[in-house]
Amino acid sequence: MSTQKNCKGIKIENVGLKFGKTEVLKGVNLEIQPGEFFAFLGPSGSGKSTLLRAIAGFGPTPSGNILIGDQEVTHLPPWKRNVGMVFQSYALWPHMTVRKNIAFGLEERKIPKDQVQQRVDEALELVDLLPLAERRPSELSGGQQQRIALARTVVVEPQVLLLDEPLSNLDANLRVQMRRDILSLQRKLGLTTIFVTHDQEEANTTADRMAVLSEGVIQQIGKPMDLYDSPNNRFVAAFLGSANILDGEIKISDSKPVFISNQGLELSIQHQATGNGSLVFRPQNTRILHNDANQNDMILNGKVIYREFLGSLVRYGVDVKGHLMAVDELHSIGGKHIDEGAEISLGVAMDQTVIVYS
Amino acid sequence: MTSNSTTRKSFLRLPDFSATQWGPGTVATLIAIFLLVVLILPVAKVIFVAFQEPSTGAFTINNFIDFFNASLFRESFINSFYVSAMSVVFATLIALPLAYFTTRFNFAGATLIQTFGIIPLIMPPFVGAVAMQLFFGENGSVNLLMDEWFGFTIPFMEGLNGVILVQSVHFFPFILINLSASLQNIDRSMEESALNLGSSGMRLFRRIVFPLSMPGYVAGASLVFLKVFDDLGTPLLLNVNNMLAPQAYLRISSVGISDPIGYVISVILVAFSLFSLWVSFLALKNKDYATTQKGGGGLLKRDLKKWEKVSCYSVILLILCFVMAPHAALFLLSIATVWSFSPLPDAYTLSHYTEVFDTAGDFISNTLLYAGLAGLIDVLLGTAIAYIVWRTGIWGRKALDFLAMGAVAIPGVVLGIGYLRMFYHMEVPFSDIPLASFWGIIVIALAVRRLPYALRACMAALAQVAVSLEEAAESLGATKTRTIRKIVIPLMSGGILAGFVTSFATAAVELSATIMLVSSEADAPLAYGIYVFMQSAAGRGPGAALGIIAVLIVGVGTYLSHRVIERSKRHRGES
Repeated sequence: MSTQKNCKGIKIENVGLKFGKTEVLKGVNLEIQPGEFFAFLGPSGSGKSTLLRAIAGFGPTPSGNILIGDQEVTHLPPWKRNVGMVFQSYALWPHMTVRKNIAFGLEERKIPKDQVQQRVDEALELVDLLPLAERRPSELSGGQQQRIALARTVVVEPQVLLLDEPLSNLDANLRVQMRRDILSLQRKLGLTTIFVTHDQEEANTTADRMAVLSEGVIQQIGKPMDLYDSPNNRFVAAFLGSANILDGEIKISDSKPVFISNQGLELSIQHQATGNGSLVFRPQNTRILHNDANQNDMILNGKVIYREFLGSLVRYGVDVKGHLMAVDELHSIGGKHIDEGAEISLGVAMDQTVIVYS
Repeated sequence: MTSNSTTRKSFLRLPDFSATQWGPGTVATLIAIFLLVVLILPVAKVIFVAFQEPSTGAFTINNFIDFFNASLFRESFINSFYVSAMSVVFATLIALPLAYFTTRFNFAGATLIQTFGIIPLIMPPFVGAVAMQLFFGENGSVNLLMDEWFGFTIPFMEGLNGVILVQSVHFFPFILINLSASLQNIDRSMEESALNLGSSGMRLFRRIVFPLSMPGYVAGASLVFLKVFDDLGTPLLLNVNNMLAPQAYLRISSVGISDPIGYVISVILVAFSLFSLWVSFLALKNKDYATTQKGGGGLLKRDLKKWEKVSCYSVILLILCFVMAPHAALFLLSIATVWSFSPLPDAYTLSHYTEVFDTAGDFISNTLLYAGLAGLIDVLLGTAIAYIVWRTGIWGRKALDFLAMGAVAIPGVVLGIGYLRMFYHMEVPFSDIPLASFWGIIVIALAVRRLPYALRACMAALAQVAVSLEEAAESLGATKTRTIRKIVIPLMSGGILAGFVTSFATAAVELSATIMLVSSEADAPLAYGIYVFMQSAAGRGPGAALGIIAVLIVGVGTYLSHRVIERSKRHRGES
């Protein structure tokens, strides 16, 4: 199978969509580069699948414009878009063999029979399942079905590849393997790909860039690490990984910025901002102090409420003036642990904190 | 399913209705018009005439007053009601032990019993009615033996008793199926929670099992009531004429289509049909009691003790004897030379079958033609309506579904009278035959009557096809029309076949609308032939032979389709 030389970017301009009276997409703007592996990440009901389906041409016609390459596709039916979509359920046709499934799109494109045969074989080799060509989908394992669904989609050389939660029906080990396979396939073919998931680990490990969606609105777009380190707002901060979030207000006192939480906790900070906001820092950047505070540490005093052994980590829940803070310590054999009820001090390096606004 | 560019061009090419709703919209409109003409208008006409002064055409309720003033009609009304209610009671007595024993106890042959329990449905009650007289009648086998051994007889088949016996033996499967389904859908955790909380025995049954199975029972019972209330063939064949449906038929066929009483009775029949359906709807409404979860549904099953086993099996054996009696009697009658005043026929012969094949071949070929066409019309309409309802956003699609299902509430006699009245003055194009006596009208009547069955089968089949299977085809370049042809129809084929067979099998033995519409014996189907033969003592043998042939057609058809559907399911790895 030839790699795609003419892969296309996707442009989404002010796309909105309503189901009845519920707005599921609100003014979405997005540009995806040719050849990029892009992820839509968000909780269920955030509109990520709806946006993906709108690109493929399913569901009600949205307002705004969707462009693939330079072509406006907003009003085109699905079969005229040349967009490859892999469904969450794989959607393999049970009445056809694996070979017939993969040949379907080529037959619809009126490709001569001998070429169909050859391209189906190539696609099956690409996913390492050539020996299963004459089986029925029901005779395949979940992972095999997934790869057949991929082969069926890429065999028609679509302009872009859309993956709707493709790993959610696989068990945990297979999921890790499959996401690597998908990524290497995408790199090999150079296909512009959108991957919808609610699993941030999947998005983080595969995507060049991603968009975090919530309530039909794109909250932030960027590289996974950038989003994690510099969230735009409280939702993104809370959604990506675990975070300690203090809601409050930033004031200037003695010409220095001070964060005052809603519970009255006062912390001096470095950020030059004022107004209502939230102070965010991560459990792994929070240390239990043993008289080893640094100069630029923010100090928090509290009491251990719970201790959870997570394997590689031990997580403490610490009550700091009514705020429950999570603190992670790496676990090692013979490591000493603090008991519940102990009074301790926590240190957070100021450059590891972020201020976000809701 | 191999398809390439050459076959594609030569094969069915439907207009591409993708971008607009033009295609399905047109189809929906055509179907709606068809149903309007062949279902709504005839029934409306019947209701209209019932409220019309026969001579002037003015609105009146005098027809109803006349009806209730005549003692014969009052008696018919009460009899119909009594027979229906008693049939429900006896059907319950038959179905309840079968359903309960097989779901509650570990029982050898539970599946066999459930299967046996459904067999009566493949033969309509009127077919076995006369044969039942030979077993249970005043001079039938049972009473002859009882008189000889114990010196008394039981009037099983006397007047209304006969109708009740025949009807309950035939229609109890509706209760059995619904009740068994309800009982099987009760998760054992329901009972286990009650046991855990200290309830057991009769209290547990009364507070948990009984309420959870009630909706299924009521749904089945109201269906039995409706079927018995509407049935024309059984009372006619047993010569019980003082009931509503036979009165309607006799008035129309002897007094004429202008006699208002037939219409009044029709209105009453429709009203009771609607009432029974409403009761069944209320019973099931908001009561999705299917509580089965993963890991084993059904009641807690236990083993039977020895004496329990003996009594259970005796009860079930007795019931099954009863249930199989019409079939057995019909078969004996079909091979009997003379059978009267004796427990068994005097001698056996195959001459009835040869006679039937010599003289009544038309009945069989007519039946295959009519029922085949009706089944075909039904699955075409059913598939189209199912697609319109599940897959398009066309305005009024729910109404279309409702309209097509409406035939459930219309008794065959009423539809027949409606057709006679409406199509009598219309003529078949290019001829002077009245439309009402054209054989095609029988096909239409059968198709309308059986449409609900086919429609449900098609609906269920389409509901099994995940939308993503269609979307996958569309995103790979197949238009809506091509997707329907290559994905939807093949995946629905099992359900469509099931729908066809149900329509075909039940249409093949339909009598109540047919009997009104048959204008010459040459055009008559099997059911009518059986009715005609059974009228005379000499015709009973051949009539029974025809009945056996009808049962074979229905039975073999059902069995074959079952096999085909099972095989295609296995093929797809669904079972």
